[in-house]
Amino acid sequence: MAPRKTASTSSRKTTAKPARNETIGSNSLTFTKEEELHAYREMLMIRRFEEKAGQLYGMGVIGGFCHLYIGQEAVVVGMQMAQKDGDQVITSYRDHGHMIALGMSARGVMAELTGRRGGLSKGKGGSMHMFSKEKGFYGGHGIVGGQVSLGTGLAFANKYRGNDQVSVTYFGDGAANQGQVYESFNMAALWKLPVVYIIENNRYAMGTSTVRSTAQSNFSKRGEGFGIPGVQVDGMDVRAVKAAAEEAIAHCRAGKGPYILEMLTYRYRGHSMSDPAKYRSKDEVQKMRSEHDPLEQVKARLLEQGWASEDDLKQIDKDVRDIVADSAEFAQNDAEPDVSELYTDILL
Amino acid sequence: MPVDILMPALSPTMEEGTLSKWIKNEGDAVKSGDVIAEIETDKATMEVEAVDEGVIGKIVIPAGSEGVKVNSVIAVLLQDGESADAISAPKAAPAANADTPAATTSGDAGGKARESSDEPTSVASEKVPAAPKTEVAADPDIPAGTEMVSMTVREALRDAMAEEMRRDGDVFIMGEEVAEYQGAYKITQGLLQEFGDKRVIDTPITEHGFTGIGVGAAMAGLKPIVEFMTFNFAMQAIDQIVNSAAKTLYMSGGQMGAPIVFRGPSGAAARVGAQHSQCYAAWYSHIPGLKVVMPYTAADAKGLLKAAIRDPNPVIFLENEILYGHSFEVPKLDDFVLPIGKARIHRPGKDATLVSFGIGMTYAVKAVAELEKQGIDVELIDLRTIRPMDLPTVIESVKKTGRLVTVEEGFPQSSVGDFIANRVHREAFDYLDAPVVTIAGKDVPMPYAANLEKLALPNVGEVVEAVKAVCYK
Repeated sequence: MAPRKTASTSSRKTTAKPARNETIGSNSLTFTKEEELHAYREMLMIRRFEEKAGQLYGMGVIGGFCHLYIGQEAVVVGMQMAQKDGDQVITSYRDHGHMIALGMSARGVMAELTGRRGGLSKGKGGSMHMFSKEKGFYGGHGIVGGQVSLGTGLAFANKYRGNDQVSVTYFGDGAANQGQVYESFNMAALWKLPVVYIIENNRYAMGTSTVRSTAQSNFSKRGEGFGIPGVQVDGMDVRAVKAAAEEAIAHCRAGKGPYILEMLTYRYRGHSMSDPAKYRSKDEVQKMRSEHDPLEQVKARLLEQGWASEDDLKQIDKDVRDIVADSAEFAQNDAEPDVSELYTDILL
Repeated sequence: MPVDILMPALSPTMEEGTLSKWIKNEGDAVKSGDVIAEIETDKATMEVEAVDEGVIGKIVIPAGSEGVKVNSVIAVLLQDGESADAISAPKAAPAANADTPAATTSGDAGGKARESSDEPTSVASEKVPAAPKTEVAADPDIPAGTEMVSMTVREALRDAMAEEMRRDGDVFIMGEEVAEYQGAYKITQGLLQEFGDKRVIDTPITEHGFTGIGVGAAMAGLKPIVEFMTFNFAMQAIDQIVNSAAKTLYMSGGQMGAPIVFRGPSGAAARVGAQHSQCYAAWYSHIPGLKVVMPYTAADAKGLLKAAIRDPNPVIFLENEILYGHSFEVPKLDDFVLPIGKARIHRPGKDATLVSFGIGMTYAVKAVAELEKQGIDVELIDLRTIRPMDLPTVIESVKKTGRLVTVEEGFPQSSVGDFIANRVHREAFDYLDAPVVTIAGKDVPMPYAANLEKLALPNVGEVVEAVKAVCYK
């Protein structure tokens, strides 16, 4: 067996972030005023929603597992800005942000978190398992990597039907080491399936950093053996995400097969609510928050361009907080599912 | 209005914790995301982050306090322009368990925790609604004068798929060697030629991946037939079958499911060793959200596979390599579809009930003929569907005969027969004249040696003896 190159590789990988020149378009990216405002509001909505979810979890109103998306908002919002109706989205259990970005109702998501009948899955799915046929959201999946094959299957259906829809399949740096991911890559490339694989690299698979878990930490290269193009994207910059998404989606729509986008991102909170996150330093988290926060970046540009005043932004925050507060109110007061629901939706 | 900051629960089971340290002090400004305090749970030290912006007006629970109940007020946050005067006396904790005191010793709380975790169980056991019963239609009548054709199970399966593929463009088949090779066991013979490579798809040898792709395509509304070269290899994919296909309908509150058929041979073939000789009937029958079909005759194979392909639910269709070559009479009808979930009385009788399915029926049929010679009149039931199981037919038969023997090739522990025995004991105990006997494969991995393999499987003699035993003969 060849000697393992741990020493040399790990020292190289301790660099906090790959060099900028490896990432796609962080220069000369421009958003219109409308796009900046849209992105700001959407990302703020996710952040405030997640903060509220964390609070309700703390109150014991939300049970079980609860994985927050705080810090990663630019990924899903930027992707969403490049998609069109009919495209399908599928992701893991860190799914609240995806649903909010897709326009699924805050009340419906929050009431699912509290396990009430008004939840998107009637209270039977929970934080990790929500779906919306109407919005093209194929879930919330709890087994790491499972959604990658399923998302490839959604793309298979598009190809079979001959439509131009694209499957937008999200997974994390942890899932990127699962075997079925590569089985799926192989078939997606072989059959030229329209799927964008988005690897949300937030640097930690639960508590294990990519440095400690992966031999090739440049996840955009994970499709090379199958001829799948991939790029690294500054996933904290919503403009870079949207630009990369447009390129990847156009590639898929043109029938050229799958595309990989590695989003370099960061989650501020623990893996789940019960994770004290002792595997990383406070300085690391603080540095990301103060220097790379996706919302602060947009906010600074809005102010600098004179596209919004502090008061305007306060008003957006107030509007968003009102929606979130309403969803929390609804989610706490809505009734639990009727006991007769125990036996429904098992078979059609 | 001042905002109460509550003691948070930081794990699915946390009831209380120690407020070890305040990071912010009274008078400090905080914004959402700021760490304001540290608390210790039984598992870890966790940080408490502020959700709202404001100024810490009052710290209610001092650092170092132990046994602080979840949801009790630990501090009060003042918002824009409010002064500390606005803080009213701290309210009692709006705890989820209203009877839990705000602070108790940890010993007390331990007892409380156990008590409250018992609570939902007892409440639930009073109120669990009965599982709904569904009526399953009987087999369709075969019109008098219908021509019967002798056909192998292999041909019946192929015809079923071809007919359904002609009928519905959303039906396709994928699997290893299903197209150009014409099927590892020649079940898909001729399908590629008729339907083309868009609908008859050779996959790489990657069960986990292509099963997930099949389920994803089904979630998108297509109707895949996923062929496993054998169900032994589906173990690589069982996560996608159980966690994705079977549970999505429930987890989505009925919004989307997976209309998909997983089919292929299950059980022992002949001398293929431990990893290739295993019956999966009991395994999949454990899972709510799946249907499990295991036919014996060619007619059932055809009628039930057509039903499985039309079924909007995930169906596990367990075939058997040895049965592929067996011939049976099949009615020559344009559209012969049988109901899933209905057993078939293979032979009526009055002295004892014998229940089997799939290849188990081969032992049962021979045993019944032998017993007839010995003057014992056995009612033989072919279950055909393992889940949902047609227990009423079995129970009615037992009420008539008072005696029951089951036969299957799978392992004995938690077998299909064990489940039937349990339900018969619960629902027809007073009718039983003898304990139920369940015959299964032996509790060993399948040996290769011919003599040992024969010993590991059920045999006709065992079945004959078991029926005689329950008849006290």
